[in-house]
Amino acid sequence: MSITVLRPGLLMTVQDMGRHGHQHVGLCPGGAMDPLSLALANALVGNHAGAAALELTVLGPDLHFERETLIALVGAEFEADIPINRPVLMSRGSRISISRAARGARGYLAAAGGIRVEEVLGSRSTYLPGGFGGLEGRVLKRGDVVPLAEDATRLSRERFASLKNKDKKGTSVKWHVPAFTVPDREPIVLHAIEGEHFGDFDANVQRVFFDTVWRVAPDSNRMGYRLSGPPLTRTRTDEILSGPTCLGSVQVPANGVPIALMADHQTTGGYPRIAEIASADVPRLAQIAPGGTVHFARTTLDMAGELRKDARMRMENIMRGIGWEYGK
Amino acid sequence: MAKLAPLGAVPLGDCAVYVEFSKTLDLEVNSAVQRLATMVHGRALPWVRDVVPALGGLAIHFDPDHKSLTTDALTAALNTVSECLKEGLPKAGDVLRTVEVPVCYESEFAPDLAEVAALAKVSPDEAAALHAAGDYRVLMIGFAPGHAYIGGLNPKLSVPRRAAPRAIVPAGSVAIANDQTVIYPYAISGGWSIIGRTPLVVFDAERQEPSLFAAGDRVRFKPISRAEFQKPISP
Repeated sequence: MSITVLRPGLLMTVQDMGRHGHQHVGLCPGGAMDPLSLALANALVGNHAGAAALELTVLGPDLHFERETLIALVGAEFEADIPINRPVLMSRGSRISISRAARGARGYLAAAGGIRVEEVLGSRSTYLPGGFGGLEGRVLKRGDVVPLAEDATRLSRERFASLKNKDKKGTSVKWHVPAFTVPDREPIVLHAIEGEHFGDFDANVQRVFFDTVWRVAPDSNRMGYRLSGPPLTRTRTDEILSGPTCLGSVQVPANGVPIALMADHQTTGGYPRIAEIASADVPRLAQIAPGGTVHFARTTLDMAGELRKDARMRMENIMRGIGWEYGK
Repeated sequence: MAKLAPLGAVPLGDCAVYVEFSKTLDLEVNSAVQRLATMVHGRALPWVRDVVPALGGLAIHFDPDHKSLTTDALTAALNTVSECLKEGLPKAGDVLRTVEVPVCYESEFAPDLAEVAALAKVSPDEAAALHAAGDYRVLMIGFAPGHAYIGGLNPKLSVPRRAAPRAIVPAGSVAIANDQTVIYPYAISGGWSIIGRTPLVVFDAERQEPSLFAAGDRVRFKPISRAEFQKPISP
């Protein structure tokens, strides 16, 4: 059972929830840039939240399905010849064509039973800098055959059969899930707490950081987002001791261009950290494509906890709804 | 040494905290931080995702919403650190492991050795011998998987970082800058002076222990010939 890549689109990789427990040897968790959309895509095809799926970036692929396969594409609003944000039963030998994302940057295409590339260090996520995980540790290309579960067809049929509200064609459903990480408008607001070195920047620079509408630079990737705007000059010029970093840390190198650390970030860094983005907001940042804009709002740890709780409750509600549609 | 006490705890967002012990590189603190990290890691707390020793402190990455937490994760992390410190850290000697790294210092693997030697006012062979004679410690792993910052460089060999970084440094390259040595795990860009290359694979995700080095390891460099470099070896 497999999916064949007819046209790869831009930066399509296999991702799951990543590999924790290796940061002490310099390996970041990685995984889906927008784990919430991945979890929704998986739920729509009856998988557990962390099954491996295809991560699409800005421009989608053309894919061919060897056998009957239940799929769901969730996240960025991709223009496609299948409905998005809902389960779709692809027939044997069919193909889909996914073009540009009109809104958002990343989509997750999940298939019933998940993508079954080999696990490396407990995860199927592609880690591009290290060249491992996913399919041969690289971006998918034309002709690639992406393995699915052996019983994917049976799972696809059984799961689709158990769905309550099918559409007229009988290949999808009458409802869809909200992709709530995809922005309605920009700039999006990113809540951020002060970083360890916030005080190394003078009051004016601190104000500029929170007042500026930052533009995501073209050379942004899965490791980090470079943010174009006024340069942030640090008052102190002494070198800081290299320290640990985290997903969502905002570093400021000597050139003053801040970098927000994303899924494949380095585990330590020697640049001052001006801010730390609330973890609940990182998946929303992952949905901003180069050229998109963001704005920082100062927040507290408690507030970051509230944002997390809010996102969790929204997810639980949607998951309950999907479960109900599956007759659970 | 004086009793180890944190300077402070800095939240790294809402899913990690950095417990800082020193803002400058202090080898005793560095070693203590590594032992503390081993101790915290050894507790196998279900809400802790990663324990990362850095040069002057350690980061604890956690799941702030883990159901086993009875208090907020930040407090729980700091309590864990205090408990470990109160219990007492294992002695430095108890956790020391020595990693022997064969290095070929021949010129085709060491594009910057002549320059480093000239700055040290010795011959390239002498510079290689000086490097290989040192007793080294892994101070931190970071920047890339398995990328170890190794302290203990002979001050004679201390050179600043190169003004223009190389776009691609071959995997296994042994490079020096300031008072440290690094070994590049992959072919990546780098601004350190390359003085040799090891045939060892520094990081292999398929290996039982993916990283050749762990923070706190003692490192010895063993000069090898061109012929030995090309022989297949296992670490």
